[in-house]
Amino acid sequence: MHKPDQPAIRILINGKTLDAPAGCTVAVALAIADEACRTSVQQQERGPLCAMGICYECRVTVNGVPHRLACQTICAAGMEIQTNG
Amino acid sequence: MADRPLDFNILIVGGGPAGMAAASAAAGAGTVGIVDDNPNLGGQIWRGQSFAVEQKNAAAAMYRRVQQAGVTHLPRLRVLDAPRPGILLAESEAGSYELRYRKLVLATGARERFLPFPGWTLRNVMGAGGLQAMVKSGLPIPGKRVVVAGSGPLLLAVAAYLYEQGAQVVSICEQSPFARLAKFSFGLLGDPRRLAQGVGYRMQLRRTPYRAGWWPIAARGTRYIESVVLSDGHRTQEVPCDYLACGFHLVPNIELPALLGCELLHGFVRVDEQQQTSVSGIYCAGEPTGIGGLEQAILEGEIAGLVCSGRTEALRPLLQKKKKFGKFADRLARAFALRPELRGLANAETILCRCEDVSFGDVRKHSSWRAAKLHTRCGMGPCQGRICGAATEFLFGWNADSVRPPIFPMRFGTMVGRGCTQENKLQER
Ligand SMILES: Cc1cc2nc3c(=O)[nH]c(=O)nc-3n(C[C@H](O)[C@H](O)[C@H](O)COP(=O)(O)OP(=O)(O)OC[C@H]3O[C@@H](n4cnc5c(N)ncnc54)[C@H](O)[C@@H]3O)c2cc1C
Ligand code: FES
Repeated sequence: MHKPDQPAIRILINGKTLDAPAGCTVAVALAIADEACRTSVQQQERGPLCAMGICYECRVTVNGVPHRLACQTICAAGMEIQTNG
Repeated sequence: MADRPLDFNILIVGGGPAGMAAASAAAGAGTVGIVDDNPNLGGQIWRGQSFAVEQKNAAAAMYRRVQQAGVTHLPRLRVLDAPRPGILLAESEAGSYELRYRKLVLATGARERFLPFPGWTLRNVMGAGGLQAMVKSGLPIPGKRVVVAGSGPLLLAVAAYLYEQGAQVVSICEQSPFARLAKFSFGLLGDPRRLAQGVGYRMQLRRTPYRAGWWPIAARGTRYIESVVLSDGHRTQEVPCDYLACGFHLVPNIELPALLGCELLHGFVRVDEQQQTSVSGIYCAGEPTGIGGLEQAILEGEIAGLVCSGRTEALRPLLQKKKKFGKFADRLARAFALRPELRGLANAETILCRCEDVSFGDVRKHSSWRAAKLHTRCGMGPCQGRICGAATEFLFGWNADSVRPPIFPMRFGTMVGRGCTQENKLQER
């Protein structure tokens, strides 16, 4: 996970706290927390594919705003992330 | 952001190497702005790099030039529409904005091409550049077993990067046959810097098998990928891994240029020697004009910046350099042309459109992209066909529809805002 010498920021993923490496994207935080980004039409778990804002596989709810792209959003202290959005 | 001018003499869409070069070259010609949907400048290759003053690399040098030029950087802002000449509509988390310009430089870059094969929707199957971007954004990779597969020069760059970051790169598979790659490398002999880069990557990776003429045929696992099956058309081999980094070269982001009416030629934006598109006052630089790599993107950006700021006297050496580059993009395209076997990887149940979970079998029944969209919802999801459309272009030879606004999904607040009269800031969320 994250190295002890690296500054961390505390965020909430589906109500659970995670100390994510400072500066990481929400997509990375979700991967560290072992959470999928969304569930597809056929109920498959999906994670990031392109990591550059194109495929929309990583969309999650950030601080109540749905359909945010996790791969283009940097974690901020206290951020609340909800998957399956 | 709202307190800054959103009215620019020269506006640049895309903050990658091409856009940054254009901005610094255009400095001093009135207000210059760069709009990009990422948090930082740098585009695909320099993302997440340190732009700190003490850094001596090319990225940091370019960043300093952009800063010194007094360019306004509008981060996290995505251009969605071009409602009227001279005006773009962009959206951020905070709201939507009208951006006005007199001259426009489109430096929107490229994305990876993905092809469907059984298991490609499993977690931890990502683009090659995609996995690299995740690691650059903080994903811990040390000790993880990674297979890098697909096609294009990006594979080696990604493999070298992941190796440097501590990943165990177990295999690199390039679908292009060895003979074609050898010819391409031979062509590079006239281009020592590129050759040195390629050789450098190979040296770093000398313990990793590099297989030309091999490609992935299936990813296996339950929730995550656990192994990938590789093939050369005769033999197959199953390789256990934690990640599959897989992309089939690049596709240009031509949606915005197309929306603005810029003429395309063979899928790329047609420009003249001075990067001028078919629409007066609109220039294009970097990957949308041809997949030509970093140096070409910078050069084209510089040319566009100089031309639209009227500083044509400084152009001559750049135009000569551009001529020397010649048709590097064409050589790349030939060397990494996709083999026909890749059209047969998916089976009827394999998902082709990931947004709507439409299967390959259902899409295949139709005769055109338009018919498939109408009957299966393929390409109707939020990626707007950027992933499956690029795949069907190769798989079935289909051409995408004409581009319609908005070019990315728009939030409701912005849609409402489009009809309202407020000048700059249309609608707060
Ligand atoms: C995923 C990926 C990884 C790569 N990694 C490497 C590498 O490691 N080494 C290497 O040599 N080459 C790499 N390349 C190739 C490299 O990107 C090119 O060689 C070159 O640097 C492209 O520069 P550019 O400025 O044309 O485009 P880009 O760097 O792609 O910049 C374009 C920018 O425009 C933004 N943009 C596009 N549309 C909009 C819009 N509508 N609104 C707002 N912003 C928009 C994009 O988000 C992006 O930041 C990579 C390419 C990709 C796609
Ligand atoms: S991973 Fe593709 S949009 Fe975020």
